[in-house]
Amino acid sequence: MSMTDPISEETHPVRLRVNGISYDIDIPPRRLLSDALRHDIGLTGTHVGCEHGVCGACTILVDGKPTRACLMFAIGAQDVEITTVEGLTRQDGTLAPVQQAFKDCHGLQCGFCTPGFLTTIAAGISDNPDPDQEQAREMIAGNLCRCTGYQNIVASVLRAAELQREEDAS
Amino acid sequence: MTTKMMGERVPRVEDDRLVTGNGRYSDDLVPGALEMAVLRSPHAHAQIVSIDVEAVLDLHGVHAVYTYEDLTGALAEPLPLLIPHPTLTHGRTQYTLAKDEVNYVGEAIAVVVADNRYIAEDAVDRIEVEYKLLTPVVGIPAARAARDLVHADVPANKAATMHQSFGDADAAIDAAPHRLSLDFTIERSASMPLEGRGTVARWDEDLNRMSVWTSTQTSTGVRAAVASKLGLDLGQVDVVTPDVGGGFGVKIMHPWPEELLVPMAAKALRHPVKFIEDRREHFISAAHERGQEQHIEVGFDDEGRMQGLSVYFWHDNGAYTPYGLIVPIITSTQLLGPYKPPNYSVTFESLYTNTVIVTPYRGAGRPQGVYAMERTMDAIAAHLGKDRVAVREANFIQPEDFPYAQGDLLFQDGRPLIYDSGDYPELMNKAKALIDWEDFEAYREEARAAGRKVGIGIACYVEGTGVGPYEGGHVHVETTGKVKVSTGLTSQGQGHQTAFAQIVADELGVPFESVEVVTGDTRRSPYSVGTFASRAAVMSGSAIALAARNAREKALRIAAEALEADVDDLEIADGIVRVKGAPQSQIELGTLAVLSNPLRYAFDEASSAATQFAVGDPNKPPVDEDDEPGLEGKDYYSPMRCTFASGIHAVIVETDPETAEIKILRYAVVHDCGTLINPKIVEGQIHGGVAQGVGGALYERMAYDEYGQLQNASFMDFLMPYVTEVPDEIEVDHQETPSPLNPLGLKGAGEAGVIPTSAVFASAIEDAEGFPITAMPISPSELYALRLEHEHDKDVERPAK
Ligand code: FES
Ligand code: FES
Repeated sequence: MSMTDPISEETHPVRLRVNGISYDIDIPPRRLLSDALRHDIGLTGTHVGCEHGVCGACTILVDGKPTRACLMFAIGAQDVEITTVEGLTRQDGTLAPVQQAFKDCHGLQCGFCTPGFLTTIAAGISDNPDPDQEQAREMIAGNLCRCTGYQNIVASVLRAAELQREEDAS
Repeated sequence: MTTKMMGERVPRVEDDRLVTGNGRYSDDLVPGALEMAVLRSPHAHAQIVSIDVEAVLDLHGVHAVYTYEDLTGALAEPLPLLIPHPTLTHGRTQYTLAKDEVNYVGEAIAVVVADNRYIAEDAVDRIEVEYKLLTPVVGIPAARAARDLVHADVPANKAATMHQSFGDADAAIDAAPHRLSLDFTIERSASMPLEGRGTVARWDEDLNRMSVWTSTQTSTGVRAAVASKLGLDLGQVDVVTPDVGGGFGVKIMHPWPEELLVPMAAKALRHPVKFIEDRREHFISAAHERGQEQHIEVGFDDEGRMQGLSVYFWHDNGAYTPYGLIVPIITSTQLLGPYKPPNYSVTFESLYTNTVIVTPYRGAGRPQGVYAMERTMDAIAAHLGKDRVAVREANFIQPEDFPYAQGDLLFQDGRPLIYDSGDYPELMNKAKALIDWEDFEAYREEARAAGRKVGIGIACYVEGTGVGPYEGGHVHVETTGKVKVSTGLTSQGQGHQTAFAQIVADELGVPFESVEVVTGDTRRSPYSVGTFASRAAVMSGSAIALAARNAREKALRIAAEALEADVDDLEIADGIVRVKGAPQSQIELGTLAVLSNPLRYAFDEASSAATQFAVGDPNKPPVDEDDEPGLEGKDYYSPMRCTFASGIHAVIVETDPETAEIKILRYAVVHDCGTLINPKIVEGQIHGGVAQGVGGALYERMAYDEYGQLQNASFMDFLMPYVTEVPDEIEVDHQETPSPLNPLGLKGAGEAGVIPTSAVFASAIEDAEGFPITAMPISPSELYALRLEHEHDKDVERPAK
């Protein structure tokens, strides 16, 4: 393409399954999944801190696995189940254990990194329901937070696992 | 009695919306806004010969392209120099869009507004600029050498040279029994909030109003700038601060070019416009801090007591000086910490380089000052073979010395540097106890026997917090009994909504849950300054307390009338005013709010109680001459000067004998921020500050090459700490020395965690290694190189002996 060609923004119909709901959107192939979720679907809980896969703020669950939404094209995310931070909250509006744990432990300050931590930890404690301190640190070792110094996020992981175990037991 | 909220670990009210994805940050607002992208200079120093936007104009999806040529009126003038100072003889600011010349990689040259950011970026790529390259000046040595100039009309690259002193430092140093001459350097880092800059604006043609949402630490500052630069009346511009994803200083800088261009475009295009910065842009076009070189002369006695201290330092202010000299002024004054040298002299040069501007980053010049002072303390101790703590104690200001004036130095607010209160010896006792200072030598021996190298460091600081000029508070009791509170300064995650609600709950006597706090909205609080210098709790906390007291006084006055009781016999608890000892005689605050506002029209049952045939003495005006309708209280807090918080950090590190890797074994903080509002929030602030300090001490730097290209402008390459880099536990102990300067005894806490970290790590690594650490941050490879150097020095020295 020469520098003077008009930019092609040809759109394609795309169906995304997010938090159990199907969304039909029309987007160009280069649209990032993070942008599609935030701006085409309107789920702005997923945040973008770097757009190059390093900070983890945009982490969503793809078929239950933590995935960086800024590193995927929306058009390639059609055959998967996506969970965003909005989807962690229960149908009746009650908070998931990991959300409650962050409140209990002061696990957030500005809250910008928080959605990425919440999704990561939700998946983490379902893999390992009883993490020790070291495993809790390991679980969040791919996410950046500039506010909290991580102390209370580690505590939140342990608390989330505890709340989840209590819930599973009852 | 309502449960007391001050001092309690109250859970934050902010969290519900933030953990559910319902926060509202700049990029979450105004769906459908057009998006702006910025053409930034790829060169650190160049003349702009021509700009050709031809290739952009007809692109589908592009709405506008602007260069300097398109700016008119005040917008075509340079950006404001926010804080002028008489010694800033050569202050320079950039243009909103570059005019003729660029002075750092990242400087804004042109902007494109398009349907979305993808198209806007494509379009930006097609703008053709012809440059004539000039030689860039990068780093303090090059700026000092001044073989090339950043600004042709600024001799020697010096924006300012400033000197302050008391006593006669040089004479005292000459006369002292011991003297040392020391040189230190400290590198650049940056605030680096997880959310970058972001601005959205909407021009309402029907109402003739501009609405701006921006990720800022000062909504009133941005409002004033937008109004003056766009030729609008202040009353036409609303600036609302939405949720902000961290600030740490960088967002007190304003107006950013984009904060003016977005509203300008929104007005011109009659369509909302937004700019959301990406990470690379944040590295190259927001702001950095820290970089200094320091030279110190100190004279002291056998006990290590300073007789004279003379400091000269060179401060890298980047390409422009929009924020004046605040950072180096703070370094030059806060350097003194908890100590009292009888003679002090400080001079700094603020130097231009062809790099990103330098404006306050959490700590704002204090980390550098504390680093210089604490390195000096350690050097004195090493010289005398004395305990590092003992040397510090010998120099401490004593509790009976307060208020203590550091000579006649002027602080960053232009006021005398007078410490209001503190207890540094007791703070040191706490620090020693917390880190087990006395037991460390035994631990070192044990470790040594096991082939391990460990070291302990300690560093003290004093922090002037709660800088003026003022903040306000407004407390409004609604007829439902709900309490709506507003203050003008902004929040970036500090939990202000919670902390301020705690204050109002106590002062007014209402349930915490019924209080709702709004910050940073110029529609509610048009008079305000901003959030920086650990001032929010002190300034707005005090103003809100005063406002709540006013509302309380009014409530009691109306209640006294309604209950036919004496004001002094009344009390307020849980939102109900009662006659003491006669609990059946009571009235709710909501009802008092109804009575406070005499009505002509009833719109519900409650309000009918206040209509003209229901209330009022027919012989008096419905609203008394010196009264106002409504149950509200408003007040401003404006202090004479800062209040001084203090603290001591201690760290134990282990350095790997082979790889020189630096591991943190223990980290302890003792901290005095006066009366605590919410210890949970304060500890959170400390944790976050320490993590940033760890980054600044061991990992973060701005790796500019000789061409002024920032080599590590991504999270991949700029090593911000993950959980794996921070200590497992940060041990915290509090001391509460209330400030006599404000109604609640508050001192600031926001920056404490980060201030002494570079100093304390240098101290500990030096202790582990046995040779001086004079440059921070320090990486394992740098430490390794130092080891080789000192090995070599020893080898060279040996034959001579
Ligand atoms: S925004 Fe996706 S990892 Fe940072
Ligand atoms: S809470 Fe602000 S970045 Fe994590």
